[in-house]
Amino acid sequence: MTLLARHGLAGIILALAGMAQAQSEIVIGQQLEPPHLDPTSAAAGAIDQVVYANVFEGLTRFGPDGSVNPGLAESWEISDDGLIYTFKLRQGVTFHDGSTMDAADVKFTLDRARDDMSQNAQKALFEGIESVEVVDDLTTRVTLSAANGTLLFNLAWGDAVIVAPESIGEIKSDPVGTGAFRFDDWVQGDRITLLRNDDYWGTPAQLDRVTFKFISDPTAAFAAVMAEDVDVFPTFPAPENLPQFQADPRFQVLIGSTEGETILAMNNQMEPLNNVKVREAIAHAIDRQAVIDGAMFGLGTPIGTHFAPHNPDYVDLTGVSQYDPDLARALLAQAGFPDGFTTTLKLPPPSYARRGGEIIAAQLRDVGIETEISNLEWAQWLEEVFKGKNFGLTIVSHTEPFDIGIYARPDYYFQYDNPDFQALNDALTQETSPAMRSDILIKMQRTIAEDYVNGYLFQLATATVANAKLRGLWTDLPTQATDMTGVYWEE
Amino acid sequence: MARYLLNRVTSLIVSLWVASLVIFLSLEVVPGDPASFMLGLNAQEDTLAALREELGLNKGMIERYVSWVSGMLAGDFGISYTYRTPVAEMIGERLWISLPLALYALTLSTLIAFPAGIWAASRRGSWVDFTVMGTTQLGVAIPNFWFAMLMVAVFAINLRWFSAGGFAGWEDGLLVGLKSLTLPAIALALPQASILARVMRSAMLDTLGEDYIRTARAKGLNRGQALRRHALRNAMIPVLTIIGLQFSFLLAGAIIIENVFFLPGLGQLVFKAISARDLIVVESVVMLLVFAVIMVNFAVDLAYAWVDPRLRGR
Repeated sequence: MTLLARHGLAGIILALAGMAQAQSEIVIGQQLEPPHLDPTSAAAGAIDQVVYANVFEGLTRFGPDGSVNPGLAESWEISDDGLIYTFKLRQGVTFHDGSTMDAADVKFTLDRARDDMSQNAQKALFEGIESVEVVDDLTTRVTLSAANGTLLFNLAWGDAVIVAPESIGEIKSDPVGTGAFRFDDWVQGDRITLLRNDDYWGTPAQLDRVTFKFISDPTAAFAAVMAEDVDVFPTFPAPENLPQFQADPRFQVLIGSTEGETILAMNNQMEPLNNVKVREAIAHAIDRQAVIDGAMFGLGTPIGTHFAPHNPDYVDLTGVSQYDPDLARALLAQAGFPDGFTTTLKLPPPSYARRGGEIIAAQLRDVGIETEISNLEWAQWLEEVFKGKNFGLTIVSHTEPFDIGIYARPDYYFQYDNPDFQALNDALTQETSPAMRSDILIKMQRTIAEDYVNGYLFQLATATVANAKLRGLWTDLPTQATDMTGVYWEE
Repeated sequence: MARYLLNRVTSLIVSLWVASLVIFLSLEVVPGDPASFMLGLNAQEDTLAALREELGLNKGMIERYVSWVSGMLAGDFGISYTYRTPVAEMIGERLWISLPLALYALTLSTLIAFPAGIWAASRRGSWVDFTVMGTTQLGVAIPNFWFAMLMVAVFAINLRWFSAGGFAGWEDGLLVGLKSLTLPAIALALPQASILARVMRSAMLDTLGEDYIRTARAKGLNRGQALRRHALRNAMIPVLTIIGLQFSFLLAGAIIIENVFFLPGLGQLVFKAISARDLIVVESVVMLLVFAVIMVNFAVDLAYAWVDPRLRGR
């Protein structure tokens, strides 16, 4: 009863406060609910969507344009051989439980991620780190076993946010970070609430309260936005409804890019896909624009290699695999399959795969390749395709930023094994000069495009539908985040 | 009566045990590993192994079955693989929505179906009968999720009387909570009420043709009195069966409606747990639902005995 009374009273006070001052609360619609709230021990993008930048911060952080900016480290020095990084931490940073964030927390975080018993889904990010030392309270020294040009980028990931040993035990249900918002409440299956952190070290957030509401069904998402139950829906799941929002003055629609390279992955070790001529034929049989129009309602940028078009080092290689069904038929004949062949096409649940799969199957049939389509759940896909490598073709969007390195892993599910590419990848990791890195990256992009490892379809676009009065929302998604630190309501 | 009860209780225990075996074994053969689902595409083999170890997935099948069943007997449903919170707690939270929603829908459906069915039966062949039969035909035919979407479009998007979905919680009072369950309850109740009204009508018609009704009329009762005192009670057996089935269905089967209204109920929990291969949650919730269905059937059996004294002797 006291609980009820307190809730009721709090509600009245909140309502009164709301009337007195400007709008300072926001309800965000999100399709997937996080399984828990520890970004350092799961791959689920939904976790980062809630806590990245809002609750947890790393030494470095991604800006809205994908740039790597100082986070909890205010500056750093890199030794001439590129092996020693000395991070200078910000002064006066506290965790939400009041404890101070210092060099010992940084050491704890990085050691925990590298540990043998680590459950970090991106453990590879920390692979080159040999030791982490506490120099003084606000200085941490990270020593690498070999130079690594991507370290600062790696440390900006949600999987590398700084956590404290005092609060790690409860992190999954009660995350304690250093961010501009602190975790308030989680009604499982329904919503997560964050409140402004008044002791934030940086520019304080303008919103008092941020509520993430979980709505998995696209039709329900549409209804919730139309009824103005939610104020913003990042990564809106129903592209077919966007024109309706664009035409409505109550809403704004932001269309941006993501780090998701959507590919028709091919099993490079399976007959007849192990023949480069066959893969080349498949690449030429695909009309990317038709896939983008049909499956994504026109949203998406065609790509010709496994690299994001908004990256400064991107080269447009779509010409290497331009749509040419006649050439595709000729290549198939050269490869010894004048009448085509039959293979499997296994599709995970997202609509880019299910809808895109039907269109690609039709395009392949046009050049003589029959596909047996099967629709899989994610868990099945992981087991059968990703782990079991039991597939001919599949469609998937690789959403990790800057992940061309997966082509250097011969045991990765599409099983591309090219020593030249692996050498390039090693060279890239050790190179710290931006100009040299750029050269190597261009060579890497070209190698996989010309080896036709996979069919490169499009860069996944993202649409954010929001109340027209909201400002400060991210348009692009350089990482899976819903950064609310700079969002405010325009009067 | 005692033997009747003993029989029922024995069959209840055997059903539960068989159900636990079927649930456990069928989930064992489903492909998919919860650890790799959680850690995604870039996870390394040693990380996966560490997580599997922590989740207890490396143990043998029999060991896991025994620990699951013995845990449940002691009231411990285990810890969810993905959420890492006790399953019992998760189920408890969801029940605060699923149970009221099921009861709400069942109440609505009974309130509509009883008068409609009785009225149609007592005016057999009249325009009333035709209207009721026609409407219920439509109610059975219309998919409830479509009807739900229609209601959202009208009452949430256009009229703004209700929110498009979600659950406001019980903290702000009973009415606020009930209001957010109203559209879903109507959507669930409509087809159920239609079925129930039709069953009610035909059960009434069956009994109205019986000799004892003629006797009752012959000894001087008017039509209404005969209907209330004799026909209704005898028509209750098939109606109770249907209500029992409907309640179990509403508890577990509201999944599509929960999706349309993004309500965090039991159905949604199972659905998400299946796709995440959170087997311990799936097993426990399904087991709980089996238990609920069996208990409802048990209660219906007892109710039979109450309305029909002849059954007590068996």
